[in-house]
Amino acid sequence: MSKPELIKLIDTTLCTACRGCQVACKQWNEMPGLRTKQWGSYQNPPDLQWNTWTLIRFQEYEASNGDFKWLFRKDGCMHCADAACVKVCPSGALYHTEFGTVGLHSSLCIGCKACIAACPFDTPRYNPQTDKILKCDLCYDRLKNDELPTCVKSCPTGALTIGRKEDMITKAYSRVRELGGDANVYGDKFVGGTHVLYVLDEKPEVYDKLPEKPRVPLTIIAWKDWLKPLSLLAAGGVIVGSFFHYIIHGPKDTSGGDQANQGGGE
Amino acid sequence: MAALGESFGRGSMTNHYCDLKNADVILIMGSNAAEHHPIAFKWILRAKEKGAAIIHVDPRYTRTSARCDFHVPLRSGTDIAFLGGMINYIMENNKYFKDYVLNYTNASFIVDGGFYFKDGLFSGYDAKNRKYDKGTWTFEKDSDGVPRRDMTLQHPRSVFQLLKKHYSRYTLDKVSSITGVSKENLLKVYEIYSATGVPDKAGTECYALGWTHHTVGSQNIRTMAIIQLLLGNMGIAGGGINALRGEPNVQGSTDHCILYGNLPGYLKMPVSSLDSLDKYLKKCTPVSNDPQSANYYANYPKFFVSFLKSLWNDKATKDNEFGYDWLPKMDDGKAYSTMHMFDAMYDGKVKGYFCVGADTALSTPNSNKVRKAMENLDWLVGENIFNNETYEFWRGPGVDPTKIKTECFLLPASASMEKEGSQSNSGRWVQWKYKAAEASGDAIPVGEIEIKIMAEVKKLYEKEGGPGAEAIVNLKWDYLDRKGRMDVLKVAQQINGHFTQDLVVDGKTIKKGSLCPTFGMLKDDGSTACGNWIMSGSFGADGENRMMRRGKEDPTGLGLFPNWSFAWPVNRRVIYNRASCDVNGKPYNPQRKLLEWTGDKWVGDVPDGPWPPMADKEKGKYPFIMKQDGVASLFGPGMAEGPFSEHYEPLESPLEKNPMSSQRTNPAIEIFKGEMDVFASASEKFPYVCTTYSCTEHWCTGALTRWQAWLLEAMPELYVEIGEKLAKEKGIKNGERIKVISARGEAPCVAMVTKRFKPFQVEGKTVHQVGMPFNYGWLYPEKGKGGDSTNRLTPTVGCPNTFCPEYKAFMVNVVKL
Amino acid sequence: MDVTRRGFLTITGAVGSGIALSSLGINLNPTRAYAKELNKMNRVRTAKQVTTVCCYCSVGCGLICSVDGINGKIFNIEGDADHPINEGSLCAKGAGFFDLTEANKHRLTKVLYRKPYGTEWEEKDWDFALSRIARLVKDTRDKEFVKRNAKGELVNRCETIGHYGSSNVDNEECWIMSVKSRALGLVYIDHQARV
Repeated sequence: MSKPELIKLIDTTLCTACRGCQVACKQWNEMPGLRTKQWGSYQNPPDLQWNTWTLIRFQEYEASNGDFKWLFRKDGCMHCADAACVKVCPSGALYHTEFGTVGLHSSLCIGCKACIAACPFDTPRYNPQTDKILKCDLCYDRLKNDELPTCVKSCPTGALTIGRKEDMITKAYSRVRELGGDANVYGDKFVGGTHVLYVLDEKPEVYDKLPEKPRVPLTIIAWKDWLKPLSLLAAGGVIVGSFFHYIIHGPKDTSGGDQANQGGGE
Repeated sequence: MAALGESFGRGSMTNHYCDLKNADVILIMGSNAAEHHPIAFKWILRAKEKGAAIIHVDPRYTRTSARCDFHVPLRSGTDIAFLGGMINYIMENNKYFKDYVLNYTNASFIVDGGFYFKDGLFSGYDAKNRKYDKGTWTFEKDSDGVPRRDMTLQHPRSVFQLLKKHYSRYTLDKVSSITGVSKENLLKVYEIYSATGVPDKAGTECYALGWTHHTVGSQNIRTMAIIQLLLGNMGIAGGGINALRGEPNVQGSTDHCILYGNLPGYLKMPVSSLDSLDKYLKKCTPVSNDPQSANYYANYPKFFVSFLKSLWNDKATKDNEFGYDWLPKMDDGKAYSTMHMFDAMYDGKVKGYFCVGADTALSTPNSNKVRKAMENLDWLVGENIFNNETYEFWRGPGVDPTKIKTECFLLPASASMEKEGSQSNSGRWVQWKYKAAEASGDAIPVGEIEIKIMAEVKKLYEKEGGPGAEAIVNLKWDYLDRKGRMDVLKVAQQINGHFTQDLVVDGKTIKKGSLCPTFGMLKDDGSTACGNWIMSGSFGADGENRMMRRGKEDPTGLGLFPNWSFAWPVNRRVIYNRASCDVNGKPYNPQRKLLEWTGDKWVGDVPDGPWPPMADKEKGKYPFIMKQDGVASLFGPGMAEGPFSEHYEPLESPLEKNPMSSQRTNPAIEIFKGEMDVFASASEKFPYVCTTYSCTEHWCTGALTRWQAWLLEAMPELYVEIGEKLAKEKGIKNGERIKVISARGEAPCVAMVTKRFKPFQVEGKTVHQVGMPFNYGWLYPEKGKGGDSTNRLTPTVGCPNTFCPEYKAFMVNVVKL
Repeated sequence: MDVTRRGFLTITGAVGSGIALSSLGINLNPTRAYAKELNKMNRVRTAKQVTTVCCYCSVGCGLICSVDGINGKIFNIEGDADHPINEGSLCAKGAGFFDLTEANKHRLTKVLYRKPYGTEWEEKDWDFALSRIARLVKDTRDKEFVKRNAKGELVNRCETIGHYGSSNVDNEECWIMSVKSRALGLVYIDHQARV
């Protein structure tokens, strides 16, 4: 019996930005809605945050020829095969599931935030109230029970689909051929191939917050290959994990971001 | 829905949601389907997948535009000009479907010699009362009393020629100048859409509040009805005019006519001059001398008498005209819509108010006036699942509660999933819902609250008597079960109808109390009672509740799902479906066979009338059976402002003059004259067109959705969408707090500067348009943090046929704080 | 006449049988299981499943409520995969349907009354509200009941009470309101059809 390696395909050209997925995710995962402000955009919360694992990004884009497009992109965990977060996680909270996705044992998370620094897609988020990292696990419990991830199930237009890895890659490329122009497949060519693929209408660099060439930071490769085995020898990995989190903190501010939204949560 | 009824015979969405996949061209105009009917859009995209062209015509580029083949911006309030141009294009280029037009519409009918149209007015206009005498809007009849026809369509007074002449004025230049749409874009839409005027192509139109919310709302829809008839798109799979309605059961609440002008099943509310049942029935029952016209409303007395029986049961007898006198009568020619009610309340004439599952302090135009009006109430009864701005008007912004005399009740109601009952979607599917859990606390279903209130009132009248007490004490009102809870099934069966005595029909005995399996069996002699004739058949004779059906079979492959729920009338999924076949009953498009006459019966969908197709001169009938003449109306004399549509400017517009005629606004609109009803058209103070709308994340006034943290998080606060050019001119930055003002009020909000609004070139000048959602209110988010009603800006004025207010086009200014 | 099929409609499968991963030919036999993460799904599997219809726009999407067998409370609501229109999918509002249940702390649960010139709501019981409302209705109606209009025509109407709503309640409730309003003689009768 082979492992059913899965891919979720996000076809941005079919998305109507109805945000069914954004809300369905919160409903199933029992994440609260937090207070936000109207900041001149339909996109809210403005970014992924601890209670928001899937977010529709809205972007008004005018091509050089004057053609206008309103781009919608569902943002969230890409479930990398070569996942920096799993590599860097000192406690084993982040792990690869049998579906190839990246799962999260919340109980094991020590809140060290190493994954935040490591993730090339800026996905994991920290909840200061619980001192835990939160992110999409592609509804691991639903997958185990033969149910679609809640985002995929809620999607009205077929913008979100899930299936066997090889089938979804074929599907993505055939869709791109059909679309022509600058349409492209995003995800299968880096970080070992992601388990979330995009069909993009425009070149990747056009999209906000979408790295053109994502890769696992070198420091993390070093961590994984020779430091992590060491750290796991330490009790619970806590102390060492925190230490290395400090070392590899990098340019990202992992502590702020969500703070503004903490007040008034329901 | 007045326009659909006038054009085709019934005022509802003609097809249904799954049917959208069968279209070759979908024109989305007056709707933002992807945002407001997201799951309908699934079926639109399914058509697109199969190669259909999807066109969005709307002032603003929206989430719908993003997924259409192309978006055409037009100035709010100019839809008739846009569509009038399409009619002109169809006529000039012979794009109409001649066979269909000739046989299934009144194109060949000859109009009365006194009828004319001149400078924006039709014959018979009474300027003083702003009403038409429709005496000349009639057809010539032959000696048998049948409308005369010219099957060559050449007679100068034929509907066809009058129509051609009327819309010939809508030239490309003229239309482009009025609407602000480029000629290139106009032609593109006209060409693609009119290509469906052939037997094997289907074009459909999706509209919603974007069309109804105008002083010319009904005529917007009428214009499209004319186009659909010219192109032969009515009654076919993938065709029709699809009113995407805005509330979960607005179809049902309309079918049951919680409306001043109608009784359940679209029966007419009696007026004072009809002082006997006989007079009333004579007036309401159309007569046709054409043996081929089914004229189904000839059965009107059966539906009406059965309705009276459902109210007063044994107390309604032949001798007392089945209680006809007990029904209230409206004054002839007077309307009693929401706007009229608040006008009367403002004048202190309305003293008690039941506001059920609604937030009228936000949703009614000119809400400053509405809020003021409510201060005159002696009492207010609210029934809802959440509190809202209407129920708390007594401590709203600027209101001192210690000065407000109103005695207020706020009664807690069960939510949708906490009660059993049926709900009708736009496509007329009546679906049964089950109760999943008990509501918490003291909450009970709204129906139960209403039954209990009325039961108490009834007790008081039984004890004390009072004026007009008969209507109340005689009312059949036994809808609580033994536990004192609403007996939903009993009500549903009362709506469906039953036999009030033993009857013998076709040799079979029907027992008193048996459910009536179809409205075809209703009687006008008191032997049947039926709460709403169109719902008759929602139960089978065997007692099966057909609304509960969950069969997924789709034998035609067209998505009819005949065994899923019940669709009125008689489980017909596409109404007027006999028009999908030629006069011999052969489908125009064999690839999408909705119905076919096999020589002795119809096969496919439930046919719209059992009779043979009209080529059978003896037994055959025309396909539009609910119309007096059996054909659909290109010429529609039932409309308030004319049998053809005509472009008029909105009450408030950027133009001083209507480019089409000397009539600036719709000549038949009612002008409200209270001191708070002020208007400012073509004024420098209010130079920008404003339109209002909802968003996917909220619903209507937000009275349910603002209380939900997930949805509020996604759309937290009132905003105004402003084009980049206008924002630059005014020095307004994205995300900045600004103010939108109109002649009636102001609305502080957040500016959303966008590329999705572009200025229009109208009559040689640049016209900017802005837009705002109407989903916010002062009560929650608390302390007005989410903003307040957008209807502080809108005018009290509406379509003369329906009194849908003009929320979609009025004039404002945007100012920095 | 015999109508016995009332009550709950139980759906086979967990949350509808229409779409499942296994229909993609994927074998889902577990290789490893993490009991803690399976909690909610297990609850859904053992819950009573009740179908309902969405209460927002007029598309009429089907939903399934999962009801806890022990406390009788709804704990999850998602799309009904068997429903021919939405096929399990939902928009933002539909996906958030659960937040309309009693889980939402803003839901009204008590009869509230505000006396004339009062500054606050007071909690009351149903008996008080029903009898007081009935009294107000009768007094208002009787005081200015119009038997005949200015022309002397019989009109039997009450112009001093208005009724509004609602298009977001069930058909049976709509009919009750339509009929109640007519029996009272009201003419100012309207609902959301125009807005």
